[in-house]
Amino acid sequence: MDFASILRIAGRALKRNKMRSALTMLGIIIGVAAVIAMVAVGQGANEQVQEQLASLGTNMLFIIAGSHQAGAVNFGWWAVRTLTHQDEQAILHLVPTVKAAAVQVQSRKQVIYGNNNWATNIIGTEPAFFSIRNWDFSSGGPFTQQEVELSDNVCVLGNTVVENLFPYANPLGKTIQVGNLPFKIVGTLAPKGESANMGHDQDDLIVIPYTTMQKKITGQDWVQLIIAQAVSRQASTAAQQQITDLLHVRHRILPGQMNDFAVRNLADIENTAAATGHIMTLLLASIASVSLLVGGIGIMNIMLVSVTERTREIGIRMAVGATEKDVQTQFLMEAVVLSAIGGFTGIILGVGGSRLIATLAHWKVDVSTVSILVAVIFSIAIGVFFGYYPAQKAARLDPIEALRYE
Amino acid sequence: MSTVSPILENSRNVVAAATPVLIEFQGVYKIYDLGEVQVHALRGIDLSIAKGEFVAIMGASGSGKSTFMNLLGCLDRPTRGSCFLEGTDVSQLDKTELARIRNRKLGFVFQGFNLLSRTTALENVELPALYAHMKPEERMARAHEVLALVGLANREHHFPSQLSGGQQQRVAIARALMNHPAILLADEPTGNLDSRTSVEIMDIFQRLNAEQGITLVLVTHESDIARFARRIITFRDGRIRRDEQVTGRAIAAEVLPNLPTVDEDQD
Repeated sequence: MDFASILRIAGRALKRNKMRSALTMLGIIIGVAAVIAMVAVGQGANEQVQEQLASLGTNMLFIIAGSHQAGAVNFGWWAVRTLTHQDEQAILHLVPTVKAAAVQVQSRKQVIYGNNNWATNIIGTEPAFFSIRNWDFSSGGPFTQQEVELSDNVCVLGNTVVENLFPYANPLGKTIQVGNLPFKIVGTLAPKGESANMGHDQDDLIVIPYTTMQKKITGQDWVQLIIAQAVSRQASTAAQQQITDLLHVRHRILPGQMNDFAVRNLADIENTAAATGHIMTLLLASIASVSLLVGGIGIMNIMLVSVTERTREIGIRMAVGATEKDVQTQFLMEAVVLSAIGGFTGIILGVGGSRLIATLAHWKVDVSTVSILVAVIFSIAIGVFFGYYPAQKAARLDPIEALRYE
Repeated sequence: MSTVSPILENSRNVVAAATPVLIEFQGVYKIYDLGEVQVHALRGIDLSIAKGEFVAIMGASGSGKSTFMNLLGCLDRPTRGSCFLEGTDVSQLDKTELARIRNRKLGFVFQGFNLLSRTTALENVELPALYAHMKPEERMARAHEVLALVGLANREHHFPSQLSGGQQQRVAIARALMNHPAILLADEPTGNLDSRTSVEIMDIFQRLNAEQGITLVLVTHESDIARFARRIITFRDGRIRRDEQVTGRAIAAEVLPNLPTVDEDQD
């Protein structure tokens, strides 16, 4: 029998029991829609995490001043005060895979302007900090290298600080008090929002030259952190090794001795986050697939009922010359038509549902073509898989018995 | 052919002298194994039917006539013996080949009509052609032709539920004729019909037999229906009991004018 006739017969058989066909399809519709929506939500979340990680900085490495252990007591990070600006200069000039670097000296102080005050993070650094961390300016710009060398009292404000100190006024050119010292505002940063780790507010900071910080505020000659930017994502692992080697030499650390610093690679963190996100997407998809499986079993169930109900029809068809293959194809086609229509409806519903989730929950969702393609193939495969047994059962009927069936 | 009975030999000589043999059963046994008991449905059938014959099969229920029809209709295979159809031993064929023979060589007419419900007369008639891969235009043309042949040209788009019993049986006959079969097998075709409609159906059979040369095998237990055939074979206990030519054959076209029509009954 030609394909068009098979399809027509299948369509007619399904139309005969509209309600039943619709309910059977519903299983597949819900399954496919759930898979598409869940994958979309999973991938959307994944992308959001990646974006947030990228906002920390591009191809970034952290060199953290090391921990120190005395007996059984571990003093934690920054206990060893050996990391210096000279280390940063050495990394910048001697490590070929590093294209930019900046030191970071950190503290926490009360900042005051007029009647407003706010406790915030103070970061002492160099102009390269802004480009490595991908900071954009909403007004003004970074302080200069000259201002760093002269230990000038200049600062750049993060958005949260601007909101708290300057609810109405324009902060640019104004002078604020940091601790007891006046600082002139040369720029304000564009907001970045919450960071990927635990919703820490990245905009709650003011940035000043590290020299000013060391000499006038903390009185320290070491730095807590050096941030460095690798020339490329691929190079960041090499850079990590090269920096470690360089600091071994500079800090005279012998083999077997504990490092007084640690080098962290943001690419590693990104990879871990991506892997976690991937697992989450897979988990969501596999939970949704269970409903697809249940939908498939629904198809099998209805097809078995249908074969029993239509035993006589099968007998008639066999008597007029339908082969086992003809009968099998007919019933298989019915199952596939059921699952395919269900699949396509499910795609529409899944895409619509994803959009709805995006609008209502303000989540980022990403409906991928791949998930749609997989859903189509999968739903048709379910039709074939769960339709095969009932079709086989129909084809194996004895025509004499089938004709006698009441 | 040593097992052939004298009566059978005689009948073959009468008909098969001029026309080729179409159906030949040689020592056919059919035993149903029901586990504890074995049912011997057919116990050695030897029979030949020539092209163009009109045979009525008679016998009580359990006589083996249904089993015989199933074998003749290629719906089943014998336990022992050979069934030749146009020279092919169908007892050796697999299911797919049997389906093909049913499709191309045989036409079935049943007591209960066995039309597909919620399917128009035309589509019911087209069914065998679908499985024969006939081209759509050819299929349509042939369906119109056979429906006209049974006098239902104006009922093509009716559903079985909208047709009378006689009309449904005529749709079934049209369906059986669709693929130009060599043999028409009718299993108690008048069992569900009133006597006038029964004769109308026999009229169609007689015309198909006479005008188109279609071989007819008809199972019935009504002896007045069997008299429309040319030859009557009687089964009993799985064997052929009698095989005789019909003398004083009834001609449906002559009987019909004498029968009351449904309208006259109502008057």
